[in-house]
Amino acid sequence: MATTIAGPASGRARPRWWAVAVWLVVGFFFLNLLALVASVVVDSFGTRWFGTWLPEAFTFHWYSDAWREFGLSSVLLVTLEVAVVVVAVSLLIGVPASYALARREFPGKRLVMVLFVLPILVPPITYGIPLATLLYKLHLAGSMPGVILANLVPAVPFVILTMTPFIEQIDPKIESAARMCGASTRSIFLHVLTPLLVPGILAASILVLVRTVGMFELTFLTAGPSSTTLVVALYNAVFAAGIRANQSVDAMAAIYTGSMLVLLVIALRYVNPTQLVTRPREEPAE
Amino acid sequence: MTVAVTAGGRARTTSLRHRLAERGVDRTLLLLAPALAFVLVLFIYPFAYGLQLSFTPAEGGGALANYREFFSDPYLRNTIWKTLGLGLPAALLNVLASVPIAYLMRGKVRGKRTLTTLLVVPITLGTVLTAQGLLMYAGPAGWLNKLLIVLHITDQPLPLVHNWTGVFLSLVITGFPFAFLLTLSYLSGIDPSLEKAAATLGAGPWERFRRVTMPLLAPGLAITFTLSFVLAFSVFPSAQLVGKPAGQTRVLSIAAYDAAFQKFDYSMGCAIAIIMAVVMLLVIALVMVWRATLYRGSTGGKG
Repeated sequence: MATTIAGPASGRARPRWWAVAVWLVVGFFFLNLLALVASVVVDSFGTRWFGTWLPEAFTFHWYSDAWREFGLSSVLLVTLEVAVVVVAVSLLIGVPASYALARREFPGKRLVMVLFVLPILVPPITYGIPLATLLYKLHLAGSMPGVILANLVPAVPFVILTMTPFIEQIDPKIESAARMCGASTRSIFLHVLTPLLVPGILAASILVLVRTVGMFELTFLTAGPSSTTLVVALYNAVFAAGIRANQSVDAMAAIYTGSMLVLLVIALRYVNPTQLVTRPREEPAE
Repeated sequence: MTVAVTAGGRARTTSLRHRLAERGVDRTLLLLAPALAFVLVLFIYPFAYGLQLSFTPAEGGGALANYREFFSDPYLRNTIWKTLGLGLPAALLNVLASVPIAYLMRGKVRGKRTLTTLLVVPITLGTVLTAQGLLMYAGPAGWLNKLLIVLHITDQPLPLVHNWTGVFLSLVITGFPFAFLLTLSYLSGIDPSLEKAAATLGAGPWERFRRVTMPLLAPGLAITFTLSFVLAFSVFPSAQLVGKPAGQTRVLSIAAYDAAFQKFDYSMGCAIAIIMAVVMLLVIALVMVWRATLYRGSTGGKG
């Protein structure tokens, strides 16, 4: 903690009492957070843990138990499939739309933007219930297509809101120059735009990937037994606590934590932390 | 365009196309069509469908039967207060706590990137894992209670899970980082030279914060509060797992889920989801009305 106590931008290094207090609170927060994750991980390796500070002995067998009991190989496969398809489809739908939004000013543009911001602003559980009801009526819910469709609802707008500012900062003169030199629309797209778009597309896809793997509500409302993703499987296991050993639930939680952290480490190479949690662009000007 | 078309007709069509192009309407806009169709079909239509379904109750009794039942049954009606009783304090605490921390971090501070990265972790882990962690860590046999007993702060394990406190803690764990990161981005958008100018004019640190930074930050805080509130208001997994879903923490989302997918009364489920959206909108509208009274000019910075 001591190393982080530094003065604000003004450069004065004299720590004030309230600054110290604030850092203590932050430290306390992280300490609890660490202990929270650690108690799950420690328990998943423990044999018996009752009333003591640490389990009696350590073992790996809860992991193989959890893997078998919860059918984790198929759950992970489903999670991967859902995430990859959602990323691919949301890019296919979202990127062209962001191009149009970035390059054109047209009547009703504000309305269109509001329409794209809404699915990100409205919490999933609110629109998830009518959406799942509709998908059940159409016999789409309870299967992979239903889960994918539901997860696309926030993913497509998210791609659009990430990509639009990205495309805006690509100079349109580059395209005009290519066209003037005789390039067709097709080759402008393939040889000029696509290479320039790659970093943005990479950032958008990793953001959508992390959000889709972590998306609980929409998947929970639309998934059936064969289309359960990892986070929903974890919820079901915690909710039905008592049926299975708590340690194997914790083992699954540790697997989930591990895969999320791997994704997070990859994600943070391409995007800044704030982008992961908030809308990529600040509040549209009012 | 065929050869038979008269010159006048051609002129008219080109001029129409030209006029539209001048306003930015050309074929490029077709690229918007798939995304627009997608949002209309999978977001707007389900909402409209749900709204219509909520007015056609499963057991008859007129269009408003669901809503009448909701507001006359105290068990259902109270879910609104229970949801607000969790969402409002959690959002308020998260926003208030993030202001001083973000204020310290607004400039170039060592470890800023590390801190923001660490703060992203609880959000990515999500509420389900937080819930399971809380059950372990703050449960009667968990490390937290053990420590409190060893330190003689309490003799009995404190009931921290399976009640209001558990859900509140989980909302702080996932909600505080979110509020902080937003507040930090608003604060970084305020030009630091404004504060320096105030300092030259003799304002002390507290006065600078109160009279310069705070008024500029307030509109951003209103947005942060709204988003944190929406997040906390739609609490579902943690209210089920670390709360008491049948009693203390029976929030709107649980009531809606139970109605739709446990009792298979889709009509009632949609009605509760609509009520949830309306209550949320009311709170947001109140915050926005307050925000409209604030200073809304430039903050002089990049934000």
